[in-house]
Amino acid sequence: MIAAALLAQSDNGFFRERTDSCVTDNGFCPGWFFGHIDRYTTPFLQHVFLVVVSVGIGFAIAFVLAVTAHRRRWLVGPVTNITGILYTLPSVALFFLLLPITGRGNVTAIIALTGYTLLILFRNTLAGLDSVPEDARDAGRGMGLTERQLLWRVELPLALPAIMAGLRIATTTTVGLAALAFFAGAGGLGEPLEAQKAFKTNVVFAGGLCVLLAVVLDAIILIVQRFMTPWTRAA
Amino acid sequence: MTVTASIFSTFGDALDFIVQPRTGRGGGEVGGLSNNLQLIWEHLKLCIVAMALATAIALPIGLWLGHTRRGAFLAVSVSNIGRAVPAIALLFVFFAFLGAGFANVALALTLLAIPPILTNAYVGVREVDPDAVDAARGVGMTGLQILRRVEFPLAVGLIFGGIRTSAVNVVATATIAPLAGVVTLGDPIINPSIYGEEGRLGGAILVALLAVLTEVSLAAVQRAVTPRGLRMQSSGRTPRGRLIASPRRRVTTTP
Repeated sequence: MIAAALLAQSDNGFFRERTDSCVTDNGFCPGWFFGHIDRYTTPFLQHVFLVVVSVGIGFAIAFVLAVTAHRRRWLVGPVTNITGILYTLPSVALFFLLLPITGRGNVTAIIALTGYTLLILFRNTLAGLDSVPEDARDAGRGMGLTERQLLWRVELPLALPAIMAGLRIATTTTVGLAALAFFAGAGGLGEPLEAQKAFKTNVVFAGGLCVLLAVVLDAIILIVQRFMTPWTRAA
Repeated sequence: MTVTASIFSTFGDALDFIVQPRTGRGGGEVGGLSNNLQLIWEHLKLCIVAMALATAIALPIGLWLGHTRRGAFLAVSVSNIGRAVPAIALLFVFFAFLGAGFANVALALTLLAIPPILTNAYVGVREVDPDAVDAARGVGMTGLQILRRVEFPLAVGLIFGGIRTSAVNVVATATIAPLAGVVTLGDPIINPSIYGEEGRLGGAILVALLAVLTEVSLAAVQRAVTPRGLRMQSSGRTPRGRLIASPRRRVTTTP
């Protein structure tokens, strides 16, 4: 009894049943996964939390930067370079570079993950704004819109498909990077993935959950986009 | 004040680890320039093998798909799936099914590197001005000649952009290779029980530098291989090879 409890603890909370021959032989056992799905719920929810918060903050920052740079072109170069360097830094390295400053936990993970979304979101938002036809702008001005009204009523709606495309790319990328967030002590699906990395069933299903999350979030954004751009459906 | 000081001393210790050898917690000598250079070399070796394999596989397929202007679905799917599968999951799937070791990790990294190369080669060749291709056909070039002499030179910037994206990604991901039994520059990061906390931070600094250096040097190569007439256009780099819906830059028509 005590031995079993110790074993369970020493195994990072993952205790393989010795009776199941599929598991002891390290086969591929979907039955085991569905019997122990509760071990993945907390990491899964942490993963969702990290992705949603990071992409949300990243979008807010990138949006402001892109709208500003759209009017003040000299900002494009510096912002692209700085976010580009952030994007180049390997996430594992960035987690540990931030650790002495922000400590272990969600804050470090979210700062790093947010950093990775900036380049994609900034570029796409800016490209979307730049792709608005000059005719549409002129028509808006002709109707007496101020610059601010022009931005919110003409440019942003027309830029929406490109902005949403950026959001989709940033989201799926962040789902993948958040699998490394356990290095920063922020949990996520990387934790169960790494805890039993030699156990086939575990790696396939924990990895599969990441892919599933990416696909579902992608689909949600696509659906939101459809609702936000009713005019694209008429064609 | 003390917090700032302690942060500085933490980073100072890490820099010290990079240049000064010391006895690791496991007994052996760790840190110092020669040990770290050894790790950097192991890291690069893994990346070079993976990149060579990935380029040999993905480049011909991407070029051919772009040349025939078919397989848009395949190219986009490969890029989407590649983005959705976390690198660490890919690494562990290879580890669990094939075991530890250089070859298996190199294969996992190869798979990771393929999508950006394939997609960029496909997009690059497909986006070549159809008039240029028609002209080449008009002077009697064969399909292969058109690909080699017209489409490839015009697309080379974008093609190399894909390779660069993959390379940076592979250098980053090789950091976690020690989890699958290959000692790379990620080893000090992943095994602080041997290298100590200063080794962990030192390793992170080195990995970050290596990635930035890879990016900067490949960007320079990309600029060098791009035909002069095309250099003013966009860098042709999609972040980690992902297809960004990129409307062509609008030509300003303000009077």
